[in-house]
Amino acid sequence: MNKPLNKMAVQATINGEPTAFLCSPGQVLAEVLRDELELIGTKIGCNTGDCGACSVLVNDRLVCACLVLAAEVEGQAVQTIEGVAEGGVLHPVQQKLLEHAGLQCGICTPGVVVAAKALIAHNPNPTEEQARFWLAGNLCRCTGYDKIIRAVLDAARQMREEAGA
Amino acid sequence: MNAYQEFSVIGSRPVRPDGLDKVTGRARYGADLNMQGQIYGHIVRSPHAHAIIQSIDCSQALAMEGVLAVMTGKDLPVPGDSVLGSGEGAIALKDLSPMVMSQGKVLFHAQAVAAVAATSPELAAQAAALIAVSYEVLPAVTDMHEALSAEAPILHADRFPHGFPEEPTNLAAHISLVVGEPDAAFERADVVIEQTYSVPMCHQGYIEPHACVARVDAAGQVDLWCSTQGHFTVAQYTAALTGIDVGKVKVTASEIGGGFGGKTTVYLEPVAVVLAQKAGRPVKMVMDRGDVFRVTGPAPGAQTRVKLGAMRDGQLVAADVECVMDSGAYNGNPAGIPAFMATACYKFTNARSTGRAVYTNKPKIHAYRAPSVPQVTLGFELAMTELAAELDMDPLAFRLKNAVEEGDVNMMGAPYNRIGLRECLEVASAHAHYNAPVAEGEGRGVAAGYWINAGLQSSATLNVLSDGHLAILTGSPDIGGSRASMALMAAEVLGIPFEHIHPQIAATDAVGHCDVTGGSRTTLATGQAVIQAAEQCVAEMCRRAAAEWEVEAGVVTWSQGAAHYGEQSLTFEALARRAGTMGGPLTFSSSLTASSAAPSFGVHICDAKVDKETGRTTITRYTAIQDAGKAIHPAYVEGQMQGGAAQGIGWALNEEYLYDENGVLENPGFLDYRIPVASDLPFIDTVIVEVPNPLHPFGVKGVGEVPIVPPMPAVAEAVYRSAGVRLRDMPLNPPKIVAALTGQ
Repeated sequence: MNKPLNKMAVQATINGEPTAFLCSPGQVLAEVLRDELELIGTKIGCNTGDCGACSVLVNDRLVCACLVLAAEVEGQAVQTIEGVAEGGVLHPVQQKLLEHAGLQCGICTPGVVVAAKALIAHNPNPTEEQARFWLAGNLCRCTGYDKIIRAVLDAARQMREEAGA
Repeated sequence: MNAYQEFSVIGSRPVRPDGLDKVTGRARYGADLNMQGQIYGHIVRSPHAHAIIQSIDCSQALAMEGVLAVMTGKDLPVPGDSVLGSGEGAIALKDLSPMVMSQGKVLFHAQAVAAVAATSPELAAQAAALIAVSYEVLPAVTDMHEALSAEAPILHADRFPHGFPEEPTNLAAHISLVVGEPDAAFERADVVIEQTYSVPMCHQGYIEPHACVARVDAAGQVDLWCSTQGHFTVAQYTAALTGIDVGKVKVTASEIGGGFGGKTTVYLEPVAVVLAQKAGRPVKMVMDRGDVFRVTGPAPGAQTRVKLGAMRDGQLVAADVECVMDSGAYNGNPAGIPAFMATACYKFTNARSTGRAVYTNKPKIHAYRAPSVPQVTLGFELAMTELAAELDMDPLAFRLKNAVEEGDVNMMGAPYNRIGLRECLEVASAHAHYNAPVAEGEGRGVAAGYWINAGLQSSATLNVLSDGHLAILTGSPDIGGSRASMALMAAEVLGIPFEHIHPQIAATDAVGHCDVTGGSRTTLATGQAVIQAAEQCVAEMCRRAAAEWEVEAGVVTWSQGAAHYGEQSLTFEALARRAGTMGGPLTFSSSLTASSAAPSFGVHICDAKVDKETGRTTITRYTAIQDAGKAIHPAYVEGQMQGGAAQGIGWALNEEYLYDENGVLENPGFLDYRIPVASDLPFIDTVIVEVPNPLHPFGVKGVGEVPIVPPMPAVAEAVYRSAGVRLRDMPLNPPKIVAALTGQ
């Protein structure tokens, strides 16, 4: 018989802060982030790893938080959308998405931001094709991706310029 | 003549007011609100596509610790024959109620039959599994053509569509329109073509699943939060479905994670309300992605026979269109639109147009972006292209020769006002894309599209804040950037900075009625309410300035955000700061039933390359051209055009509901129901054409829906030109193309 109150204690670094939370053994990270830690910017569009709305970084690796058990992040560093703007300053990807109108309904946007930030960290000078394939796991039904891709390439360009300056 | 001819901020591209919350993850969507003390609802769904419910036993579930309420269809009023006006069209309660929960009979797989609320989602799911439902299983029919055969099981033995009174059938509706004498006209045509085209059932594919949380207090007051395209409609539907007075239902619209028409109705909300009422605790419900595909949305599949006749010089002389649409288990009213709108792009004095809707054991269809028009347009526009080839004419020149313009009358009988189809076709003909040579191995297709656009009811309230900023309240959920357009329109009238304007979506008890965000109507109609309220604000501010200066109000003018008379001026901010001593707070409301709606037209150009070995199609270049009337925020107009084009490309190449023989959906997830991903598409170039709508103060026409209309025929023609085989049944997926190429 089910024991709904049987919880595990997990310690992890979430958006740079040491964090402890309780979770049931089968609970996924996306659910814990949202329901236990109130980090609601991580969205659940499918719960099967197909839509990318719950994209987060675990030790700088891009993952779908709906496919990671919460207990797996014991001792790991998790970054969510809430940790992307540092000190209240938007990341260039966030700023460029705003400027290029790269969002409509916005439900995919947190995942796109996290994934695009990881892309540029991995490849500071992505081609359009590389950006499209990197973001192929982030479904957007509103924009046709046009303005998202333009924003991501523009953010990468700006970051290269700032790094070179 | 438009009231406003010259613009200072309309047509600029400021950052949307809600953008910051959305790029930082702070925006709250349907599943992002938790109410104190909430419990969790879970729905029990039918494992059968067609069955009679014999009994439902909830006793074991209710006995579980942590289970606080159960419900079945018996907890909802019997729908009877009442009809709800919903703004976008009337719906019978008997077609709506069973989509929330069945009362006695199940007509599609996964239809809701019961629900349970418990203290955790896991407990609720476990309790749901303990609800014992016994069924008498009936044969199911999911193919609409089979459903019309004499042997097919009948879904509704008590329904007889108008004009077919003899015996029950699965025909839900039959609408036929004729102008002139099409049969005689075909006789004198030089060239006649006749073909049949089909489009599969598909889903809107919004990324955010349906979600809500409901609280019912001891006085019976309902407080409901949900993701919706129209919270006033949610209040109305929820009240009608539960028997609660609509005045007791307050609905707050969350941010909405996509809808495309699919969130203009209710699925979970009435269930959450009933469970909350029974449990005495708030109830949260979030739909599983698989169930989003299984029980919500789908756009009807359709088969369209098109017969067109033309003279050698390209003059169209007759059309005969017959469109059969799959309505699913209840009447989603898909038949009328193709009948009325199939021929809407071209001048016809002789035409026949028929729409039929068929019941099948699948979920009731619901609106999807220009509902039913993409389906019939695949056939009509592809037939136009095929006929142009027979006539050896350029497909755009052929369309231009026959394009409707101001004064022409379509099958709906009313003459067009100032429309922009001709302008779009001319822009397409001159466009660099159309004039570039087609690359080796690729093909090119073009198509036009029409959508009627809606007006309906809208309201806005403007509150001038004490520092000269402005709050705008409307009741129109913002699905694609409409808060930005509301702020731009207010900034234009008032002459104050865009950044000083704070548009919000207010709850049903905080602003006047607004119909759903649908029909491409929000910027047009809710925008018009904002414009009118802003004009009231200007008039009142001029009156106050006149009183201050002791002159007649009529001599005071308003420009650059200030009242002026001679050398004197009073700014918006000064009047705001002194409001308390100059007549009191400045608050303005305006409501209307908009009669300013005007149709939109678009023309798309598609280049595609088919890999003849694998059958995979790559879209290599795509251009969307559309008449927006007046683009308030051009970046979001382009966004609508690009998004609609992408959805149409997905429908053309991949998207399709696949059912097994028992009526079970085989691809209820984003892995198997594959919508376009970033690597599937090129940049989608856009050209906004502006032929102002003379009925609207700013010249606005709706823009959201028409972009999904041209893609299917444009893609299909491009595929034909690249692959060399003509396919008329969507989607043009690799197996179908390989089969055609290899003659299998």
